[in-house]
Amino acid sequence: MTIPVLDARGVSKVFRTGVLGGRHAVALEPVSLWLGGGPSTVTAVAGESGSGKTTLARLLLGIIPPTAGAVLYSGADLRALRGREKTAFRKDVQAIFQDPFEVYNPFYRADRVLWTAARKFQLAPPGAARRELIEQALRAVGLRPDETLGRYPHQLSGGQRQRIMVARALMLRPRVIIADEPVSMIDASLRATILDALGRQARALDISVVYITHDLATAYQISETILVLYRGATVECGDVELVITQPQHPYTQLLVRSIPQPAPGASWAASEPAPADGAGGAAGGCRFADRCPHVMPICHRREPPLFRTADRRAVACFLYADAPEAAPSEVASLTSGPRDLAAGSAAAAPDVAEGSGSR
Amino acid sequence: MTAPLLDVQDLRVHYGRSDGAVRAVDGLTFFVREGEKFGLAGESGCGKSTSALAFLGLLRSPGRVVGGRILLDGVDLTRLSEQELRQLRFARISLVPQGAMNSLNPVMRVRDQIADTIAAHEPRVRRADAAVRVGALLESVGLRREVARLYPHELSGGMKQRVCIAMAIALRPRIIIADEPTSALDVVVQRQVLQTLDDVQRRLGAAVILVGHDMGVMAQFVDRIGIMYAGTLVEIGPVAEVFAEPLHPYTRLLIASLPSLGGKRELRGIPGLPPSLVSPPPGCRFQPRCPWAMDRCAARAPEAAEVRPGHWVSCFLHEAAR
Amino acid sequence: MTLAIGCALFAGILAVSAAGPVLVDVHTAIIGAEPPGMAPSASHPLGTDTQGRDLLTVLLLATPQTLKIGLLAGAVGLGAGVLLGLLAGYFSGAVDAVIRTSADVFTTIPSIAILVLLATYIRVVSVELMALIVASLAWPYPTRAIRAQVLSLRERAYVQVAILNGVRGVELIVTEVLPNLLPYIAASFVAVVSNAMLATIGLEILGLGPQNTFTLGTTIYWAQFYGAILRGMWWWWGPPIAVIVLIFLSLLMASAGMDRIVNKRLSTRA
Repeated sequence: MTIPVLDARGVSKVFRTGVLGGRHAVALEPVSLWLGGGPSTVTAVAGESGSGKTTLARLLLGIIPPTAGAVLYSGADLRALRGREKTAFRKDVQAIFQDPFEVYNPFYRADRVLWTAARKFQLAPPGAARRELIEQALRAVGLRPDETLGRYPHQLSGGQRQRIMVARALMLRPRVIIADEPVSMIDASLRATILDALGRQARALDISVVYITHDLATAYQISETILVLYRGATVECGDVELVITQPQHPYTQLLVRSIPQPAPGASWAASEPAPADGAGGAAGGCRFADRCPHVMPICHRREPPLFRTADRRAVACFLYADAPEAAPSEVASLTSGPRDLAAGSAAAAPDVAEGSGSR
Repeated sequence: MTAPLLDVQDLRVHYGRSDGAVRAVDGLTFFVREGEKFGLAGESGCGKSTSALAFLGLLRSPGRVVGGRILLDGVDLTRLSEQELRQLRFARISLVPQGAMNSLNPVMRVRDQIADTIAAHEPRVRRADAAVRVGALLESVGLRREVARLYPHELSGGMKQRVCIAMAIALRPRIIIADEPTSALDVVVQRQVLQTLDDVQRRLGAAVILVGHDMGVMAQFVDRIGIMYAGTLVEIGPVAEVFAEPLHPYTRLLIASLPSLGGKRELRGIPGLPPSLVSPPPGCRFQPRCPWAMDRCAARAPEAAEVRPGHWVSCFLHEAAR
Repeated sequence: MTLAIGCALFAGILAVSAAGPVLVDVHTAIIGAEPPGMAPSASHPLGTDTQGRDLLTVLLLATPQTLKIGLLAGAVGLGAGVLLGLLAGYFSGAVDAVIRTSADVFTTIPSIAILVLLATYIRVVSVELMALIVASLAWPYPTRAIRAQVLSLRERAYVQVAILNGVRGVELIVTEVLPNLLPYIAASFVAVVSNAMLATIGLEILGLGPQNTFTLGTTIYWAQFYGAILRGMWWWWGPPIAVIVLIFLSLLMASAGMDRIVNKRLSTRA
């Protein structure tokens, strides 16, 4: 019986702006996810800027509250957590951020983030044991303690700084790591090293990872499942092999076609994509309608729900309207990777439909 | 073979610092032919952006050219005065800078900024003529004429970048240097902007030097590629050849570390760090990290050799093939 | 550079004002101690006033008092401002709304009017009380400035990381936000001290200063009261004004220098 560590139930976020909060922007449409609690998985959340992927990360980390829906940590709503439970949550759900410079307080040495983590979560008694733990954490990500301890952030390279952050997250032995574009500001040859280290350690320590990125190539290489976001809406999700090599949603197809492959000749497709200045489809319709080569009248009138087009995939597009609609829990199970969900567990998903528990 | 349009010979650029000069560019040699697309590829700290600035004479203290020549149509740019350089910039050699989207003046309309560039080199051009040219330029980069009267903040990232390209081609330069023009853009917009650049380049017959670190973009855009490492070029060749059969160990490892969509495999990076540019190691710069290093690699730096027609490598592994 | 000169100048003034009272004979500043109305001479380098006080002695006794009021008012005003700014910026919501609105309201009130009222109402004014009165209206500016900085610093990624590390509440503010506020606090301090001194001197010149202590402002007040301007006794009102100008010059240069440093850090951070 496995209860997910993080259970996002239809969480969405609407930001209010303008005088008296008159205008609002939907940053994220309802999304359901299950993370952690089973064997380690890597779930990719892919999208461009404005897709809502960072908003999702912040919702999962409890940094911002959802406008609708809830994020449950081991069954309890994040917003209701206090004291010891909140500390337990902080230890169990960790994050790695994108910018390797901004994450360090310039006032202090870089390794302070490791010492603070060890101290706050009592990972080892102070003194030699703690030092040994930190050195081990650094070695696990390929860093040499003598080259990194005691240095200030500006004395380290971007790659070293980011690796220290990865070490910090892993050292806490969380159950879920939310990695928000962890390597997009790192050199190409180092990306592979860092992602490889993260993947290996996560598998060894049974940590589930949410890999948020705009780079489909790395998402493809290290994840098992993927969620593709466009302007806040989930357009396609499921097994990464299926979604990337045989994309069904027109946006996913566009994304995959636009990736510059490091192989001359596998050229950018000849067909010119529609200009990107669209402000999104008409309100109430599919958000991709104004750029979609397969747009139909219904696309402007209704927002497409997710259709279960295969055992391990769902697509939000009226082109696949013959397939059955997927319930939120089905969607969550699609992205949570291979797991044996207890259909009978009330805490897991009260609205589990038949067929969602098995792969 | 006709003389190349741009001929860089043993360029050296140092940044003076109190604890020793940083040898950012240490012996850069390559050429670009007319109408050709050349990629200057490398990771952070390899010296490619410094080189781009050097080509345009835009280096500022403490950086300065300490050796070598940059020949544009036979004229050595390193020997020209600031006045002479200013006449050449945008007119013969042009730049689309890094973060170009942030180099647009936020309080000037698009048409005024482009018109400014034109007027700086052709002071006698009349406003009406300039306006017509601005409109034509915007259309040539795939933007509507109406964009001319907008302010930068009303444009998306991709549109701003295309305005920068329009500015760069306003005076029909012979060569355009694009320094990471799409690094802040989404993948879809990136493709559009680069296809625009490609289109523009072909119609003008101008050469393009694309400076960047995204090997995927290089593979899709350039004709020839030069791989930079620690201030110098380790391999130059036709892009298809270099990707299909990388000769230099660094190129080989770099290409192997790139994720692709053609099937899952283990991700493998290059262990170690690039060398210090203040005191680089003797001999080959890549030797400390090279899995195929031999004894003599640490003693002497290998020279560039044309191992295949048009394909140069600086590596002792290929010395025999000469 | 500007900072260095400004600081050096101010340090010089501080040194003189610290050493001054020790070096002079206080008795020469008592009424009737010396022949009145004398122009500067060898025995009285700044002459004497109409009451027979040696004016050099008076100056050396007055300067430290003025500085004391200004610095005290500045410190109290800034301290209150930093505290309120931190609370408002960090906690947001109702706390922020209350503090922010109060600060805005107080900024619009002409401080001189209030100060005059307060000073008139409170009959016996000591140096400390004077400082407190001035400080009571000096806090809104630093509150706003610090609050703005805290709002920005709060969003920094390293604060997020600290939260992930389990750091919360007061510890978070003190260990993560406060150290990066120090440059702004230092810069604000100089501004607040300048304003406080200006307000103080203004009140004193109006005759609302501490009655029984020598300060630069009260000296000018008495000079004007006894018609020194009409009588051409420039040695009475001149030197205090010169010292006031020097003080403000040094503070201004220090402030400009600080501003440049703080802004340079800002630009490298961006």
